Amino acid sequence: MKRRDFIQLAGMGAGALMLPVSSLANTITAEELLVPGLDVSQKKRLADVGLNTARSNGATYADVRIGRYLNQFVITRENKVQSVRNTESYGVGIRVIANGTWGFAATNEVTPDGIKKATERAVTIAKANSKFQKEPVKLAAEKGYGEVSWKTPIQKNGFEVPIKEKADLLLNANAKAMEKGANFINSIMFLVNEQKYFASTEGSYIDQDIHRTWPNFQVTMIDKASGQFKTRSAFSAPVGMGYEYLDGKAQDKIQGPGGITLYNKSYDIVEDATFAAEQAKQMISAKSVEPGKYDLVLEPSHLWLTIHESVGHPLELDRVLGYEANYAGTSFATLDKLQSKTFQYGSKAVNFVADKVQPGSLGAVGYDDEGVKTKQWDLVKDGILVNYQAIRDQVHILGQGESHGCCYSQSWRDVQFQRMANVSLQPGKTQLTPDQMIAGVEKGIYIVKDGSFSIDQQRYNFQFGGVLFFEIKNGKIAGMLKDVAYQSNTQEFWNSCAQVCDERDYRMNGAFNDGKGQPAQSNAVSHGSATARFNGVNVINTGRTL
Amino acid sequence: MPLLTQDEAQALLKKVLSYSKADECEINLTGTITGNIRYARNSVSTSGGISTNTLVVSSAYGKKLGVATINEFDDASLEKVVRRAEELAKLAPENPEFVSFLGPQKYAEPVMFVPATAAITPKQRADAVAQSLQVAKDTKTVAAGFMEDTTTMNAMMNSKGLFAYNTSTGVNFSITMRTEDGKGSGYATRGYNDFTKLDTKKASQIAADKGLKSATARAIEPGKYTVILEPAAAAVLLENIFFGLDARQADEGRSFLSQPGGKTRLGEKLVDERVNMYSDPLNPELPTSTWAGDGRPQEKVSWIEKGVIKNLTYSRYWAEKKGVKAIPGPDGVIMEGGTKSLEELIKGTKKGILVTRLWYIRPVDPQTLLLTGLTRDGTFYIENGEIKFPIKNFRFNESPVIMLNNLEELGKVERTVSVESNVNYLIPPMKIRDFTFSSLSDAV
Repeated sequence: MKRRDFIQLAGMGAGALMLPVSSLANTITAEELLVPGLDVSQKKRLADVGLNTARSNGATYADVRIGRYLNQFVITRENKVQSVRNTESYGVGIRVIANGTWGFAATNEVTPDGIKKATERAVTIAKANSKFQKEPVKLAAEKGYGEVSWKTPIQKNGFEVPIKEKADLLLNANAKAMEKGANFINSIMFLVNEQKYFASTEGSYIDQDIHRTWPNFQVTMIDKASGQFKTRSAFSAPVGMGYEYLDGKAQDKIQGPGGITLYNKSYDIVEDATFAAEQAKQMISAKSVEPGKYDLVLEPSHLWLTIHESVGHPLELDRVLGYEANYAGTSFATLDKLQSKTFQYGSKAVNFVADKVQPGSLGAVGYDDEGVKTKQWDLVKDGILVNYQAIRDQVHILGQGESHGCCYSQSWRDVQFQRMANVSLQPGKTQLTPDQMIAGVEKGIYIVKDGSFSIDQQRYNFQFGGVLFFEIKNGKIAGMLKDVAYQSNTQEFWNSCAQVCDERDYRMNGAFNDGKGQPAQSNAVSHGSATARFNGVNVINTGRTL
Repeated sequence: MPLLTQDEAQALLKKVLSYSKADECEINLTGTITGNIRYARNSVSTSGGISTNTLVVSSAYGKKLGVATINEFDDASLEKVVRRAEELAKLAPENPEFVSFLGPQKYAEPVMFVPATAAITPKQRADAVAQSLQVAKDTKTVAAGFMEDTTTMNAMMNSKGLFAYNTSTGVNFSITMRTEDGKGSGYATRGYNDFTKLDTKKASQIAADKGLKSATARAIEPGKYTVILEPAAAAVLLENIFFGLDARQADEGRSFLSQPGGKTRLGEKLVDERVNMYSDPLNPELPTSTWAGDGRPQEKVSWIEKGVIKNLTYSRYWAEKKGVKAIPGPDGVIMEGGTKSLEELIKGTKKGILVTRLWYIRPVDPQTLLLTGLTRDGTFYIENGEIKFPIKNFRFNESPVIMLNNLEELGKVERTVSVESNVNYLIPPMKIRDFTFSSLSDAV
């Protein structure tokens, strides 16, 4: 995940809440967020200007993306609303192939003349760069879909909910945490709406309306006498849903091991803030972990990040090929390992599926940012590596004729490239609950929610922390631990996966801010799993004194 | 729209201010022109550039603040953005932490702008990359690199009579050179205000040399080692101290600078007494802005002197509440060094490890500033003053505070770029004892 935005924000005093902020977005009123953008026929006329200009300037392919990107942030701490921001970023990006080479240009002048000039610039750049090109770009075939549209199936548009209602919900959650003795709470409501229009020389005119929602908080508890402090983050997930995610329905609450409450398809922020304050207090007085080998029972709100870093990233084909060598890195999962058809990525219990279609996920869209209809595909089957994530200009390297549909750009002004799809661990086929799983563990740790994370540039060696850690002794939860982090190697770790709970326990979590590329771009992605068990993992103690 | 001169910016801001009906109004204007080239697998993969101008209007009625932005500059748009900020302010809840805008200030003349960088052409960018690619060809290595140049104009004005203006330029370059078999990898990074100082060939040669020399890496046991951190490696650890200097976090008890009972470590010795860190906007090697985004002057400030925490950063609200000077956070930090070159530091080392670069640095425990991450792109074993052989990469778990208490020696200061934050620093290479490597990595 990306850190730069976090640093900038921390500098702005928003505490430890991570959120991306585009410096190019304009601030608008909440009412203006609801003003409809251009209608589809106007967008088609403008897009055709770009496509025709590209053709007449000698491009063999072109796509035009007209994008309106809307964000709303409501930021509070304790009993104060610190900031309410509505932002809009609107413009058009044009990508062409000329002389067998990509060229890209963008403009915020969404007019026939603005688009024409930007298209000409894109063709000029393509032609200039073609002298550095060794092989011409080869695109996998993709049919034109004509005029089609897709919308995130939301029930309640968060932008239509009055700001006061959102602020009051956060302030109510804050008050509950403070009543329970929290020293501080920072909370945020973050809403995203991407209104994207895509047109290509292959005959697609695709209009999409995408929504994402992320409520989040950090509760901090301080023990004045010792000076120790602990922070418990929200058990929410960023979701590809509308404001209905905040409904906190009883059927979506899960009583987890250790007496904790977890959430599935909707979230109760007020209740969770109450629990957070209680648990933060326990975190301070928890027992410091004894380092050594433990069987880990990892809850989906934690495991998503381990999947993201150790499976999602190494299986991006552009990384495997070396396109990210200078920044994000390359990958241990080299082409020969795929071609051998025997590379044991994980144990037989391990099945990873990539998709851009799961309802409620951050990655779900109808079509990707190069007009490919989205789908689901296997990455690891019965433990064996079977595929990567690839887009139109690279999938031929795998001998495959069809893009996986995971091309994305964070805005109209950035060029689209291969980004991570949702990558999820499939639930086990045998009926198994987390309590039953824990009952079978002699010496272990049950870890809830993602914490500290770090992995090397080829995705071998990683270290993950968490938020809540419960000691498991002879099949039972034996109290809370602190100072826990586990270290492993990707292949060794996934081969130590002994069990995965069944589909009743399957849940998604994810991130708004997966970073990649230079200049860096953010991508939103979800990862699903059921609670899973990993045998004999190395646990270190992270406690120090200054 | 090209970048505005001081007179043009002042005239524009005056016009915007004339539309204001709020109790207070402040306007920030930023213009940026950037260009970049990215390459990988010895070919250019993407290149681009963008020119943007943004006007930010902050209007306040009492303690109610509204902020609106626009990137169109006709009169109607300018008036519209002011009205919008005022509407937003009227709708906003009262913010008890709002502090009235600053009156006129005196600023030193900034020295961040270099005409040669502002005048950079696409051909110059392509030539710089071509030189790097030539090194790859000559050394039979695979290059992946990124160069980005930026020219910026910032101006602000408010209804209290404050006006500020500056221009700056910068170029950041980074290069990774890998051996064709993928068994070796080397890295170099450079940052300057002056593009003519950037030698992509030399940086690429260093990266290629490290890549070739690191190809036969041996595994040694993790544990506590004496390390020599090159400036790029030290920067990504030390900046966690720089970003953590906020007084409010420390006063609130949730920082490594907090002490039991609500006290802080301000004025206390935190690290080895040879450690001196400060910021100086007029330093010719690392010039930064002479004013902060809210109009406060940026002056020379000592952060750590002889190992003692001398100053913390304050928001204007928190400084007012505490009755102290509101020192803004620095834009670039300078750590004083010694006189020895990196080679001399190596020569004086009996047993140790040379670290080119650290990667994927993440906080593990904010209480102790414990960080984790890995070595990358050139890690070597040193014995009896010589580099003996390349070693496999390590994961570390270390706090920069503990690390600066285990200081052995400092080398000559160099300008470097943080791969995590893109911020430029002046930092010496440093020799540290008992640096904690906790596990091995197979990554190259």
